[in-house]
Amino acid sequence: MKGRVLIVDDDTALAEMLGIVLRNEGYETSVVTRGDDAVQTYREFKPDLVLLDLMLPGTDGIDVCKEIRAESGIPIVMLTAKSDTVDIVLGLEAGADDYVVKPFKPKELVARVRARLRRTDDPKPERLEIGELVIDVAGHSVKRNGTTISLTPLEFDLLTCLARKPWQVFSREELLERVWGYRHAADTRLVNVHVQRLRSKVEKDAENPEVIVTVRGVGYKAGPA
Amino acid sequence: MTSGVSVERAGGPGGRLARALSTAGVHVLRAWRRVVYVWQRSLQLRVVAATLTLSFAVVALLGITLTRQITDDLLKQQLDTAVPYAVAGIGQAQQQLNNLADEPDHADRVQIVEDLAAQDGEGGPAVVMLRPDGGTAATTTPQPADSTFPADLRARIQEEPDQLWWAYTTIEFLPGLGGEQLENQPGMVVGGQVRAPVGAAEEIFELYYVFSLEETEQTLGIVRTALWTAGLLVVLLLGAIAGLVTRQVVTPVRMAASIAGRFSAGRLSERMTVRGKDDMSKLAMSFNQMAGSLQKQIAELEELSRIQQQFASDVSHELRTPLTTVRMAADVLHESREDFDPVVQRAAELLQAQLDRFEALLSDLLEISRFDAGVAVLNAESVDMRDLVYSVTDSCNQLAGRRGSEVRIEIPAEPCVAEIDERRIERVLRNLVINAIEHGEGRDVVVRVVANDQAVAVGIRDYGVGLKPGEASLVFHRFWRADPARARTTGGTGLGLAISLEDARLHGGWLQAWGEPGGGSHFLLTLPRTAGDDIVASPLPLIPHDAMDDSGLSGVGSPYQRVADDATDGWSAEPLDLTEEVMSGAAGAANADRDTTDADDGDQDESTGDAATAAAFDVDVPDPHATFEVADEATAPDAAEPDPDEPDTPGDVPDDSVEVRRA
Repeated sequence: MKGRVLIVDDDTALAEMLGIVLRNEGYETSVVTRGDDAVQTYREFKPDLVLLDLMLPGTDGIDVCKEIRAESGIPIVMLTAKSDTVDIVLGLEAGADDYVVKPFKPKELVARVRARLRRTDDPKPERLEIGELVIDVAGHSVKRNGTTISLTPLEFDLLTCLARKPWQVFSREELLERVWGYRHAADTRLVNVHVQRLRSKVEKDAENPEVIVTVRGVGYKAGPA
Repeated sequence: MTSGVSVERAGGPGGRLARALSTAGVHVLRAWRRVVYVWQRSLQLRVVAATLTLSFAVVALLGITLTRQITDDLLKQQLDTAVPYAVAGIGQAQQQLNNLADEPDHADRVQIVEDLAAQDGEGGPAVVMLRPDGGTAATTTPQPADSTFPADLRARIQEEPDQLWWAYTTIEFLPGLGGEQLENQPGMVVGGQVRAPVGAAEEIFELYYVFSLEETEQTLGIVRTALWTAGLLVVLLLGAIAGLVTRQVVTPVRMAASIAGRFSAGRLSERMTVRGKDDMSKLAMSFNQMAGSLQKQIAELEELSRIQQQFASDVSHELRTPLTTVRMAADVLHESREDFDPVVQRAAELLQAQLDRFEALLSDLLEISRFDAGVAVLNAESVDMRDLVYSVTDSCNQLAGRRGSEVRIEIPAEPCVAEIDERRIERVLRNLVINAIEHGEGRDVVVRVVANDQAVAVGIRDYGVGLKPGEASLVFHRFWRADPARARTTGGTGLGLAISLEDARLHGGWLQAWGEPGGGSHFLLTLPRTAGDDIVASPLPLIPHDAMDDSGLSGVGSPYQRVADDATDGWSAEPLDLTEEVMSGAAGAANADRDTTDADDGDQDESTGDAATAAAFDVDVPDPHATFEVADEATAPDAAEPDPDEPDTPGDVPDDSVEVRRA
């Protein structure tokens, strides 16, 4: 058993097909077809990852995303049929970690799911400092002056990636590769949106970031410890 | 294409004067143009000018007639007084002469003259007695000079001594005893003969009354001044009235024009205010009705377009979800195809392959529908084109290798940075290079990058089958195939070049094609360095230097230039007639444009017999608001100035003597 995936999609055929593919890959799946039932099923099923269609009957996918995000930081991957609308940005801002545009290939989806569920099996005890933050990599916690800041796994990965090499400026493409696991350049909006979300949690003043500094025209780097 | 190039040349040695003159000439010309411009623009100015001119003519005519009339009347009045006076006086003189016992001596004559003059007291007419031979017999002082008495008058008197004659004259006075000189005066002379009996014979004298018309002339002067002042005032007042009246008409018209202008600029809720029930309010109401119906139609069209876009978006969504399911199902089948018997195995493979094609087609269709809906957005960043070309050719090398060809790159050493949307241009280049490899018949493909200050050009040259005459413009058509019967090998969607053209157009760039049968083809992408700038010419010629048919260059007609600022959607490989270009630009319909140019291509091929064809797409979004001003014929103000009669000087004593016989 590699993990549990909750599939939220109103198209029963696609939902079933997703179930088949993911079970073939060794994941345990559960399917919800209505937005209103999604959060309840999420609580009962306790998945490791949610595949979420944005267009849902009942509660909208964006709202489902917000509700789940309010309860936990588990990876959420959006399924969307629109590649160039504001929906993607809306979804990402609502808390989705990643998205896949229909029609996608099964391998592509599995790669995305795998990337989001990937965990270093036995993280070495590692303590990083960035700005006023102290990161305990093995303990998966971030503290400022002793106060724990709650981050989703993706945000934690992003912060850790930057903090491990505070001397290096990471381009958005590099971050996509290291944090999201994209091998080819993908949508850099992913990075922008998540850096904003991360900043809203870890910066004292998100308008004047000190922890994650923007290097114009290049990308981001960790602020001085 | 016919954009003129003005060549200015400074004069050689000694050209400074010529230059100065030409500068002055330029200034005068500019001022004149300014006047003409204002004249043509302002209805008010024209009306006021016309009113001034016409009323001036009328007033001048009126003034001249009036002054003449008054002059005539006044003079007639003078004459009516003077003639009887003179008749009586001459009669009296004759009486006195008759009464003289002997021949009149000087004292007698003076006595007669002074008696006559004394009748009228101070300021009366001068009385002069002359001898027929010219000498003065007697005179009152101051003495009028001989020239006062016109020779004509004297001749008449001598011819017909029984008559009295009169004439206008200018009275000149001889200097008085103290040397004082009186000024000349306008006057009237009435005269006749008197005879003094000298024994049996007679001594003949001519007796003249000289009436001064000085006062009359003064009166006339006053009248004249009054008339002209009044006339001038009337003219000015009429001008002012005309100005005011035209303003009443022109102001609402101007307001209507500015409102219509704002309306056409997109502020569809602009309306004119309707006041009263006059013609202007009718215009305003009609305008408002028109504006209202236009606004309604535009709103309907916008709604329609929105629905269309929504429809496209919905279709995409609705298509994509089942396609995803099918795709995944096909993948599952494909993964486990080894377990199937060969027929099902092949079917699974076909399903997989065609799904790829279906997907590509769907995504291309959606892409082109985004262009059609005008929602394609340019995310321009400064990118070194060389990097793009390297990455594209690297990724195409594998395909080239399979085809047995090689992609060669000719790239300058310095960076060729342009503001482009990397994703779109990479797509264009990949498309062009893959096309070149596919149609290159295993021969090498050359990718050249050339840049100048304004633009960066990438030319992709292959030496394959090339293009038949007329095909160069067709390649950009959607789903166009060079040879419908030809087997498709790589399964392009048929939309690649159409999308590439739209991508180039979105950058304000050009995508051009050239080809000759058997000589390969050349696709040239030219992009402005700064997004949105106009390209004047591509740094790289469309006709490659190694074209088989060297006459291609002249036959095809380069360089490719923008035709006119606004008429930009037109394009052609031939220098078109400007009007045709403008018309096609105005039509704005891409198809119409292409048809025009296809026909044009045909013409060109026939005329030059040149096998090579090329097409240049001037890729500018047509401006729907572009207006094509028909050069306004300068309607020269032909308000021919009525040359008012040179007003002569009425009141002046006419110099030709008018004879009035005594009744």
